[in-house]
Amino acid sequence: MAVNAMKATEVTKRVFNKEELFILDVRNTEDYQDWKIEGENFEYLNIPYFELLDGVEGILDKLPTDKDVLVVCAKEGSSIFVAEELSEAGLTVSYLEGGMKAWSEHLEPVKIGDLKNGGEVYQFVRIGKGCLSYMIISNGEAAIIDATRMTDIFTDFADSKGAKITHVFDTHLHADHISGGRKIAEKTNAMYWLPPMDATEVTFKYEPLEGGNVIKIGNTAIGIHALYTPGHTIGSTSFVVDEKYLLSGDILFIDSIGRPDLAGLAEDWVGDLRESLYKRYRELSEDLVVLPAHFMIIEELNEDGSVGKKLGDLFAENHGLNIKNEEEFRRLVTENLPPQPNAYQEIRKTNMGKITPDEEEQREMEIGPNRCAVR
Amino acid sequence: MEATKLLDAKGFACPMPIVRTKKAMNELESGQVLEVHTTDKGSKNDITAWTKSGGHELVKQEDENGVYKFWIKKGE
Repeated sequence: MAVNAMKATEVTKRVFNKEELFILDVRNTEDYQDWKIEGENFEYLNIPYFELLDGVEGILDKLPTDKDVLVVCAKEGSSIFVAEELSEAGLTVSYLEGGMKAWSEHLEPVKIGDLKNGGEVYQFVRIGKGCLSYMIISNGEAAIIDATRMTDIFTDFADSKGAKITHVFDTHLHADHISGGRKIAEKTNAMYWLPPMDATEVTFKYEPLEGGNVIKIGNTAIGIHALYTPGHTIGSTSFVVDEKYLLSGDILFIDSIGRPDLAGLAEDWVGDLRESLYKRYRELSEDLVVLPAHFMIIEELNEDGSVGKKLGDLFAENHGLNIKNEEEFRRLVTENLPPQPNAYQEIRKTNMGKITPDEEEQREMEIGPNRCAVR
Repeated sequence: MEATKLLDAKGFACPMPIVRTKKAMNELESGQVLEVHTTDKGSKNDITAWTKSGGHELVKQEDENGVYKFWIKKGE
C-alpha cells in the first residue's frame, strides 16, 4: 500500500469545500490541544508518534476505511514514519508535506471582487493561523496590506498579474505574526506605511499612516482612505477601499472583536476600542464589506473560502457590536481573555526591528493560532 | 547528575531522538539514568511527554547553547 504526500494547498481545498478528511495527528497531546488543522467535516484522532514506535496494530480499528486518512506532525518526519507503518499494515494513507510548519505558512489567494474602474481585490488566507492579507491591484500597480513574512507569495502574485507593488501597509503593529511589509517594500522600492502611534519604537524609516490619508493605486483613482480606529493597538488604522471595502485590521472581525491587551494596556484602550466600534464604524455605510486581518473559527469562512461580510450584517449579528452597557463591554474585553499568542512580545519586537531572529526562529515564534480576538 | 549512559542525538530530526532514546532505555536497568542530548526543538516537549507516558522520570532538563539535555531515570 502506498504512502502519499498531501500538500497544504490540497488540505486547504478540502477545508474550503467542506470535504471529509480523517486526521491522525501524531504530535504530543499538549501541542495538539493548543492548535490543529480545522475543517468543518474533518474527524480527528490524536496519538503521539512515540506511542506508535512499536507498531500501529493498536490503532488500526480506530481508523476509517471509507475516508482519506492524513497523518500530521510538526515537521513531517514522524508523520512519514507513522504513515509507513500504516502502509505496511495494509492501509493507504497520506502525510501532510512539511507538517504543521507548512500548514502555518500556507497562503491561499482568494479573489474578493472587482473595483469600480477596473482592478481587483485579493485576500490571502493563511488558513493554518487565521491571518488575512490583502492585495489591491489596479492598472499595473498593487498595494499590499498586512503582509505575512512569506513575502515571495505576494511578489510572485503581483508579477503574475503584471503589477508593480507601489505601497505596502500594516494596519497596526502586529503581535501574532511577523510582518513581511518592510521586506516587501525594500525589495520592490514601494513605500511602507505604518501608523506612527504604533511605531514610536521602530528602528527603521516608514511613511506615517494617519487618518485622512488618501493613497491612489493605479491611475484609475482607487482611493485607500485611512481611518484612525484605535483600540487593539493605539495606532490601529482601518482602510476604506473604493468606497466598497472596509479593511478593519484587528479591530473588528466577523464573529468577534479585537482584544486591547496585547501591548499591555487593556484598561487604557477599552475606551478607544468602544469609540472605534460603536461610533466611528457606525458613521460608515452599512453596505461596506468588512475584510478583517484575521479569522478565529472556520465557520467564519464564506463558501469560496474568503472571509468578509457586510458591515450592516455585523451590526446585527456580531455580539461584540451589540453590548449596550459600557461596563459589560469593559469586562468582556479585559477579563477572562483567551491566552495570548505564542511569543507575542518577541513578535512585536521583531516587527519594530529591535530583534532579528533567523527564519527558523521566526517560524517557531509564530507556531499556534493568532488569538487576537475576544468573543 | 550521574548518568549511567550518554546518548548523543544531536542533529537528528523527529522522530529519531525518541526512537534512539527508547532503544537506549531498553538497555538500562530500572533506576538507572540516561542522559540525552538533542538539538531538535520539538524533542523538548516530545521527550518530556514520552518520558511520562513510558513510566519513566525526567529527573532534570537543561538547555545549553541550543542543545537540549535530559536526564531520564528508567521506571519499573
